Amino acid sequence: MGALLDKIEIPSDRFELRLSGSGGQGMILASVILSEAIGASDQRNVTQTQSYGPEARGGASKSDVVISPNEIYYPKAMQLDMLLAMTQESLDSYFPNLKEGGTLVVDTTLVTEFPTDNYYGLPFTQLAREDAGHIMVANVIALAAIAQLTGIVSREALTNAVLKRAPRGTEEKNKKAIDIGFTEAAKLKKG
Amino acid sequence: MADRKRVLVMGNHAVVEGAIYAGLNFYAGYPITPSTEVAEGCARELPKIGGRFIQMEDEIGSIAAVVGSSVAGAKSMTATSGPGYSLMLENIGYAYMTEVPLVVCNVQRGGPSTGLPTKVSQADTMQAKWGPHGDYTAIAVAPSTIEDTVTETIRAFNLAERFRTPVTILLDEVIAHSRAIINLPEPGEIDIYNRVKPTCSPEEFIPFEMTENLVSAMPAYGEGYRYVVTGLTHDPMGFTTNKPSEIFPKLDKLRNKIMNYREETVKIRTEQMEDAEIAFVAYGSVSRAALQAVDLARKAGVKVGMVQLYTIWPFPEKQVKELCANCRKVIVGELNMGQIVHEVRRVLPGDIEIHTLQRYDGEILTPLQLLEKLEEVL
Repeated sequence: MGALLDKIEIPSDRFELRLSGSGGQGMILASVILSEAIGASDQRNVTQTQSYGPEARGGASKSDVVISPNEIYYPKAMQLDMLLAMTQESLDSYFPNLKEGGTLVVDTTLVTEFPTDNYYGLPFTQLAREDAGHIMVANVIALAAIAQLTGIVSREALTNAVLKRAPRGTEEKNKKAIDIGFTEAAKLKKG
Repeated sequence: MADRKRVLVMGNHAVVEGAIYAGLNFYAGYPITPSTEVAEGCARELPKIGGRFIQMEDEIGSIAAVVGSSVAGAKSMTATSGPGYSLMLENIGYAYMTEVPLVVCNVQRGGPSTGLPTKVSQADTMQAKWGPHGDYTAIAVAPSTIEDTVTETIRAFNLAERFRTPVTILLDEVIAHSRAIINLPEPGEIDIYNRVKPTCSPEEFIPFEMTENLVSAMPAYGEGYRYVVTGLTHDPMGFTTNKPSEIFPKLDKLRNKIMNYREETVKIRTEQMEDAEIAFVAYGSVSRAALQAVDLARKAGVKVGMVQLYTIWPFPEKQVKELCANCRKVIVGELNMGQIVHEVRRVLPGDIEIHTLQRYDGEILTPLQLLEKLEEVL
């Protein structure tokens, strides 16, 4: 027993992200925007899956995005390369799925206890409310930060994808959110 | 839908894309999670192409409208999930008996009853075969990716039109609610089959004629061909019969029009089966996990393959038998307490060990679980 499983290696051509939080925080929409950004800008394959409860708001919500230059067999994440946790509950639930050396990004507005010191923390919700002008763009700030930290998608491709989905009248807020995300994440990387 | 290259499509919207490509012009339904995006997509797209979308009062009304519109010449579909599918069964049975082509997409969620609205299941596999009462032959297909949800939906319509019968698309929640970047088929890329219309005069028309392939020509109501449509067992003219000499042929027709041509219904994907000693048999979203497990296990030196069933019903027994003939062991993974495994057991010889892996907690089987099972049976 164990001989086969010991030999199994999760293929490194897959880059697996999980965006997680509470229902209403826009995690599923963020994963859709990220997938569309990659779809429109290069030739990689993308699958996006989601899981949520029967509630319209609240309850755990998560969405996986798998990116690969090759055919994606299993569409969900097997071993996360990156985890975004917007709430304490989602961090506690999904941190064990993050692989060793994987990137952890946390909303420090809502998360107070950390299972590791090795993480990137930004107060996405607070930045959205106070700097971008609306709490609803917290997910876009987080997306921009992820793009900055991982380089999985260009700023231009992400901006186009966000604006394609943004309701009319919210374009400026969303552009500002992208700017905040990139700028704040860049500071973290240097520090 | 101008862009057809590298577009991000959700599984439920892939059903809409496939259906419209196949000629869908009438949709009646009652929204239910996890199928609601099919209705939303049809409500958005059908008016643009001159089609009709109706939200009915419930699922019984929905399937009734789908049957009626098909008799009137439309290509019709509805989409639902377990609780709604159960309500539709009576009129699906009516469509079997009256030989009305239509497509029902059942996006499976956990059951029984209202069960798990947002969670995945494959527990309606047998219901797609034996849902309505009585004897008939069912056709059901099971997509596994976003791309093949488009093509399997097209195939469902083609089979419905070809055989004049209801066809079920057994989708599951994981596929329905996932998205992928895909290329949509270009116009003309995939053949579309339309029901055969009568060429005789209305006076000579025999509505349920025993043709050579047992599929009768089907005019649209309003085209001048008058005939009776009844759920009671009927003679070739469509009139109710109690004569054994007419009952036998009618029921044989329902079965043999499909079973005599069952090869036309079969679609299977195989992966690394050439030298496989162990095979996964899977369908729907589980086949994605199986494909991954095969890839990983092969890299670790295990001779394992996969047989994926796109056609669930009629069960492709000849193909499964032939493909697994050289295997020592078969592992059947399903998101239920064991349904298709009974078919696999029925058709495979007794010297092939059959193992099962069943999950019914609302989650999908993972590649790791399949690999653990593989290790256990090695």
